[in-house]
Amino acid sequence: MTGEAPLLSARDLHKTYGPTPALDGVSMDVRAGEIVAVMGPSGSGKSTLMHCLAGIVRPDAGELRYRDRNLITASDAERSALRRREFGFVFQFGQLVPELTCLENVALPLRMEGVRRGEAERRAAHWLDRLDVADVAGKRPGQVSGGQGQRVAVARALVTDPAVVFADEPTGALDSLNGELVMRLLTECVEQSGTAVVLVTHEPAVAAYSHREVVMRDGRIRTSAGMVQ
Amino acid sequence: MSLSHTLLGLLERGPRHGYDLKQEFDAQFGQDRPLHYGQVYATLARLLKNGLVEVDAVEHGGGPERKRYAITASGVSDVAKWLSQPERPEAYLNSTLYTKVVLALLTGRDAAAILDVQRAAHLDLMRELTRRKTRGDLADALICDHAIFHLEADLRWLELTSARLDRLAEKVRS
Ligand SMILES: Nc1ncnc2c1ncn2[C@@H]1O[C@H](COP(=O)(O)OP(=O)(O)OP(=O)(O)O)[C@@H](O)[C@H]1O
Ligand SMILES: [Mg+2]
Repeated sequence: MTGEAPLLSARDLHKTYGPTPALDGVSMDVRAGEIVAVMGPSGSGKSTLMHCLAGIVRPDAGELRYRDRNLITASDAERSALRRREFGFVFQFGQLVPELTCLENVALPLRMEGVRRGEAERRAAHWLDRLDVADVAGKRPGQVSGGQGQRVAVARALVTDPAVVFADEPTGALDSLNGELVMRLLTECVEQSGTAVVLVTHEPAVAAYSHREVVMRDGRIRTSAGMVQ
Repeated sequence: MSLSHTLLGLLERGPRHGYDLKQEFDAQFGQDRPLHYGQVYATLARLLKNGLVEVDAVEHGGGPERKRYAITASGVSDVAKWLSQPERPEAYLNSTLYTKVVLALLTGRDAAAILDVQRAAHLDLMRELTRRKTRGDLADALICDHAIFHLEADLRWLELTSARLDRLAEKVRS
């Protein structure tokens, strides 16, 4: 994987909300197909880093590129198009739309990109099947278990065939058996499709599904095998 | 835990008699198991033979002669090497890690770096076990899980310790 240009490249990112910086000079790369765990104690800046890398939050200073695009200077519209087309997201609590069925939820990112309904739902059904939750396709999120809901959320993140999936504590609300199932299916899928994953977690057993980790403390990266010097 | 490295680390702060070394060891690390003088002198004799310490003064008092030991340059690099290398991840190694962290604080080294290196070693082994678990059958999974849970407990201790390094530094230096 080394030698290839990174997909995402961050240099000296800074982001301050209040009196203390949430990001205090963070540099890291994410390469195609690699799973990078972002670890560290609560409040160390993991989610802020993920939100910056994903183009959700604009850093105050630093450089940030996705392929050949500058994410710092890109307009809001460019950044949101990038998020829809190139990135997938999984959060701690699935954040599925409660009024839609699970199948419709997974099809939603495709519908937003203008894919016809029949085609979108066909692809959505394929991903529900991959995540072993085909049986909940017609149910609403409120009618499925937490573990099933998270697998639906992973299906939704993967349905657009993204280059990078950003997952923030994807197993945080699950017991260890369900957490393990979500991680196993997620990593199997991304390994086959060559999708990179930025995996925010404070659980070592979840981070163990990554290829390498970056550890944050007080808005800085402490150590990493792939650390940018 | 390596007694010779621990004694070397304590000597790095300045030359000491065997008696003082034992007192200092017991104060920092001997909570449940104070050292015997015999262990201290046997270890010092071995360190002396290997050139890691030297006798820098001999006092001839009324009783037997008292030797004062000083760490040598190769002794210092031996301690540094030991501190910088992660322990082989396995269950119940926390007393060795605790010793390393305290010695690093006492000798002005980066104690947080010791925890970082150990965390990385633990995570590498957890990755390997996780891979083995996902490829294997139920028996593999259960065996790997047992090891993974123990490593997790170590990692929790590492995180708590790294969050409390400032307080620990105050305590051991007082
Ligand atoms: N939208 C926001 N407004 C104000 N402060 C924020 C915001 N987001 C994060 N912060 C602050 O920035 C710091 C880093 O927060 P962040 O959410 O990135 O931490 P985290 O490592 O993800 O923590 P956790 O493990 O608890 O999710 C914290 O001090 C937090 O209070
Ligand atoms: Mg967070």
